[in-house]
Amino acid sequence: MSTLMQFLVYGLQLGSVYALLALGYTMVYGIVGMINFAHGDFLMIGALGTFFLAQAFSSFAVNGTYSGLIVALILFTAMVGTGLIGVGVEAIAYKPLRNRPKMSALITAVGVSMFLENFPRALPFIGPSPRSFPMLFPTKRFQIQGVMISTTQIIMIVLSLVFMFILYNVVNRTKIGSQMRALSMDKDAAQLMGININRVISITFFIGAALAAASGIFYASIYPQVDVYMGGWLGTKSFIAAVIGGIGDIRGAMLGGFIMGITEILATSVNSNLGYAIGFVILILILLFKPAGIMGKLTIDKV
Amino acid sequence: MKPLIRKLLPILGVVALYYLIMYLKSIKVMNPYHIQVLMFAGVNIMMTISLNIVNGFTGQFCIGHAGFMSLGAYGASIVTTMIFGGFSVAPNLRIPVFLLGLLAGGLVAGAVGLLIGIPTLKLKGDYLAIVTLAFGEIVRATLRLIEPIGAARGMIGIPPYTNFAWVLFFVVLTLIVARNFIYSKHGRACIAIRDNEIAADAMGINTTKYKIISFVFAAFIAGVAGGLYAHIMSFIQPDTFSFVKSSDLLVYLYAGGTGSLTGSVLGGLLLTVLPEALRTFGNLVNWRIVIYAVTLVIIMLYRPLGLCGGKELPFLKINRKHLYEKSIFSKKSVHPSETPN
Repeated sequence: MSTLMQFLVYGLQLGSVYALLALGYTMVYGIVGMINFAHGDFLMIGALGTFFLAQAFSSFAVNGTYSGLIVALILFTAMVGTGLIGVGVEAIAYKPLRNRPKMSALITAVGVSMFLENFPRALPFIGPSPRSFPMLFPTKRFQIQGVMISTTQIIMIVLSLVFMFILYNVVNRTKIGSQMRALSMDKDAAQLMGININRVISITFFIGAALAAASGIFYASIYPQVDVYMGGWLGTKSFIAAVIGGIGDIRGAMLGGFIMGITEILATSVNSNLGYAIGFVILILILLFKPAGIMGKLTIDKV
Repeated sequence: MKPLIRKLLPILGVVALYYLIMYLKSIKVMNPYHIQVLMFAGVNIMMTISLNIVNGFTGQFCIGHAGFMSLGAYGASIVTTMIFGGFSVAPNLRIPVFLLGLLAGGLVAGAVGLLIGIPTLKLKGDYLAIVTLAFGEIVRATLRLIEPIGAARGMIGIPPYTNFAWVLFFVVLTLIVARNFIYSKHGRACIAIRDNEIAADAMGINTTKYKIISFVFAAFIAGVAGGLYAHIMSFIQPDTFSFVKSSDLLVYLYAGGTGSLTGSVLGGLLLTVLPEALRTFGNLVNWRIVIYAVTLVIIMLYRPLGLCGGKELPFLKINRKHLYEKSIFSKKSVHPSETPN
């Protein structure tokens, strides 16, 4: 039982990474209607950026640990910076393709993803080699009824839940949130109602990329290694998580992320390759029985 | 006489191309590395044509095509290396064994294509894309689990049967078969589904059936291409056929132009050769994929239909007039463009 609980803790910590990343996929899909394959690379940019920020702030660190204020500052800067990069990517690469066939936006996203991975790789001071991530959060371990849990895990799970709570309320309770929902329902009608589409889409990309940066920082805090390719497969899995939950639905992305994280940890404890494939198997099963995902609603084609 | 020449001209062109490259090789303008790049380009062209049949002509989104390629590569290698013993095959039996292997690879890929096509092709658009992505990754994870074929380490000791002539032969064969498929009754049904699925359905086209036909056909070609690839490399590994490979193929297809066989040839050839050519500029080595990515984004932004979307070279088209002249219903039937309104 305690082993199962232990796996549940690991599943929750991985699941919160997936959930935060999946939120970006689902928001962009819901509002622009495109699959942003470059989204996983925002995670990498966030983690790598935090690595360099931590280096820049290393004079403030005492014995390799940072004070809470500095960590908050680093987190904030990394998230805002990545968010701005997300807005820039959208403005340069995706905006001109907004009214073109979906597939060309998808291929452009693949190109953007290749660029985001290989541009830092080609820069001499970053390069392809993996780096060990600094300890930003305190790592005190303690045991509750045979389950090992560290403060890092608690902080990241709680923080991601806080982020999700804030996002959920922003989307459902604020003006910009209702503009987002209007846009995802009917783009043309929303425009006719005086909603500034470009602004809403930019904000969506900002939020998505900032959340991806946060998930990158959390991921690198539990598996302390960063390199330029880390976003690729994490992105694919989070995307799968978003689809399992029902793409376009925010609650679905959170649910899908946690489902992915927990099942992956459980399956990995049996066999590591099974852990990789289980998410895809779940995806196919869910799509066969519920073609729009757990939370998604099927739309009917009209002629 | 004239139509005969027109028919023979492309074949003569291909033969001339082969001898030109062999000549360039003999006078040492091209080294074995160049030839190998061209062989990979050939395999990529076949993969792109295969993807084009699904994505470009039938309008379905398959983004896990590397899965079929890996099935074909493993299927063919199991036949040539594990059943017939690889290098110990008698020299005069090598070609039949090689062809048998390629056929097996194609059949395995086609059968799996049928198996996953029946439930998934009912899904639409993005969801189909996602399922095919998942399919590719499941194939990879499964191959990593099977111990007799080397699991994650991969399979070694595959005899390098594929040479430039074989690649050229199969590329030309694929082009001819694909062209004939596309302009057949079945191919036109697929194009109708691409243009408007609901209208095609209303016209009495069994949309699911034709989607599955084109999917299985494409999977078969991908399997053969995978078999060729395995016998160039003489080493295959599940991780070669990851999502990165699938997205490369998508890039070849969409940069070349969907719905155009000429575009597939051009996209597969140019985009295989470009990264290799950028390798030769010493100080650019690290930047080559960046340049490649930027090129791709620029193509998509300024030529959204790809380099030759919807356009074809003449010998990849079938003269439509010809079809109407042979009409069995009335001898006087005319081409629609000539009917008075």
